[in-house]
Amino acid sequence: METPLTKNIIKGKTIDLKIYEKSGGYQGLRKAMSKNPEDITSIVKESGLKGRGGAGFNTGQKWSFVPMGKDAPKEKYLIANADEMEPGTFKDRLLLEGDPHQLIEGMIIASYAIQASNAFIFMRWTYQNSADQIRKAIAEAHEAGYLGRNILNTGFDLDIHLHVSAGRYICGEETALLNALEGKRAIPRSKPPFPQVSGLFGKPTIVNNVETLCNLPHIIDKGKEWYKSLSITDEGGTKLYGVSGRVKKPGCWELPLGTTMREIIEEHAGGMLDGYKFRGALPGGASTDFLIEEHMDTVMDYSSAMKAGSRLGTGTLVILDDKTCPVGFVHNLEKFFAHESCGWCTPCRDGLPWVEKVLNAIENGEGVEKDMKILEFHTSYLSPGHTYCALAPGAMEPLQSALKYFREDFMKHINEKRCPWRNNYA
Amino acid sequence: MLSKEEIKLIEKEMAKFPVKSAASIESLKIVQDKQRWVSDKALAEVARILEMPVTELENVASFYNLIYRKPVGRHVIHLCESISCWVMGLEDILGYLNKKLGISYGETTEDDRFTLLPIQCLGDCDKAPAMMVDNDLYNNLTTEKIDDILQKYQ
Ligand SMILES: Cc1cc2nc3c(=O)[nH]c(=O)nc-3n(C[C@H](O)[C@H](O)[C@H](O)COP(=O)(O)O)c2cc1C
Ligand code: SF4
Ligand code: FES
Repeated sequence: METPLTKNIIKGKTIDLKIYEKSGGYQGLRKAMSKNPEDITSIVKESGLKGRGGAGFNTGQKWSFVPMGKDAPKEKYLIANADEMEPGTFKDRLLLEGDPHQLIEGMIIASYAIQASNAFIFMRWTYQNSADQIRKAIAEAHEAGYLGRNILNTGFDLDIHLHVSAGRYICGEETALLNALEGKRAIPRSKPPFPQVSGLFGKPTIVNNVETLCNLPHIIDKGKEWYKSLSITDEGGTKLYGVSGRVKKPGCWELPLGTTMREIIEEHAGGMLDGYKFRGALPGGASTDFLIEEHMDTVMDYSSAMKAGSRLGTGTLVILDDKTCPVGFVHNLEKFFAHESCGWCTPCRDGLPWVEKVLNAIENGEGVEKDMKILEFHTSYLSPGHTYCALAPGAMEPLQSALKYFREDFMKHINEKRCPWRNNYA
Repeated sequence: MLSKEEIKLIEKEMAKFPVKSAASIESLKIVQDKQRWVSDKALAEVARILEMPVTELENVASFYNLIYRKPVGRHVIHLCESISCWVMGLEDILGYLNKKLGISYGETTEDDRFTLLPIQCLGDCDKAPAMMVDNDLYNNLTTEKIDDILQKYQ
């Protein structure tokens, strides 16, 4: 089994330029620069690489909307989204801390493909070690001639800048991120225009997730057919999957895209801790629908997760066990979303705090039957199409699936006027 | 009053962007690094340097969780309150910190040593519960571990 993204990564260490080059690093870049930018975009498109930031859009296709050629604007931007604030997600940090040059190389390839001469890494403040490693890697890459003027004597110029954010989940949404980089309140922008045409400072801009970009050196170096053969299903490549919660060996692993949920939880995470039973999992961070026992054999790729009623999202599973209260679990999530709403759209600004309050009441044994109706109302009131960005609909995914799968647990709180778990807990 | 050093650092940030105000967050962080928090006075000075209306910069500053608009203690504890940490026993850790330090979220100990703040997922979910003290990350927290960690910050 090949693990191109993590093959060099050793826990607690960072790969420097020398080791990176020795293991084949920057070969993909050399190959890329011997081709036309447009050809890079086609290869990436045909490789099937889908965005690893959550939405799963074909990466090459996204790039193909950027204006190219003589009449295209001179300034264009590439941005690596390293905000990773989705609760339960801890995959990009592994790549940032363990092998920063892989990201840098991927960013140079992507910038070359869209002909951007400035690129940014948008990183959250709490990733202090990642920021240090990235700063070092950028300096090394400059020194070696991979960044700066006339890269590898091709006439292509590129600088990469690190921006460390000041903490707000909405900054990870790609248009809010652009406002944050411009020094404004990080509120999403209405689309169209799409960033590919009018993004940062009004110029064509591509925003890609860290893991997405880390795939590029390998796709260009070893080819799209090789890349497609890495996965079990027809979606192409490997994926960083993770598991947190009450399992024996929580962690993050690079596996063929399309590995089943059962294999991830039972083999790689070692199964549930003794004395705990599996009740459900958010397959890809806080804003995905629960999957339950009957979905155990679901293949974890974009289309299959969707068919099972959820989304692959970030691919890091959060486990709900039988000794943890589902209402408390969902309350924790909704408190997060309510706090992080940017307040631009009324349904999100008013709806999420209401949902949070109702869940809090139910959890505290003060819920009434009518509350279930209020929660259900919000799952459609905040559904896709009613708000400017995906935060609010994302917030409804765990709630709507919890209402479906754990309804009895909600009712038990209401009928018994207490949390059946909390008494054990205290 | 901003120091010469702070102003120099802010000017360096400004030079990176086509418009001065794009350096707003970096500038606020520079001030906060030196002064621990961003007072109204400091904010007004930054706004003048960036040629931004004060209210606009205030709007930006208040938007972010990690720009402190109130004084904080010598050390800031950021306890992760997101889902994986909650599942893995956050409430016990929070209760212990509340009791040990005698403060709740948003408060500072009387000796000005610690401020306790909640933070969103630290990206360390497989080693939950997790927290940061200043710039340092701690994980797999237990109440015993907390005692050792706090010792290091005087
Ligand atoms: C509220 C919100 C937060 C997001 N946070 C992140 C994030 O932290 N990192 C990320 O890569 N994408 C995040 N996204 C998705 C981005 O908007 C965007 O789709 C992604 O960065 C595109 O990269 P990709 O095509 O490579 O996946 C977020 C989306 C929303 C709605
Ligand atoms: S859905 Fe919520 S977070 Fe997104 S733009 Fe509207 S108010 Fe802001
Ligand atoms: S939920 Fe606490 S580190 Fe991710």
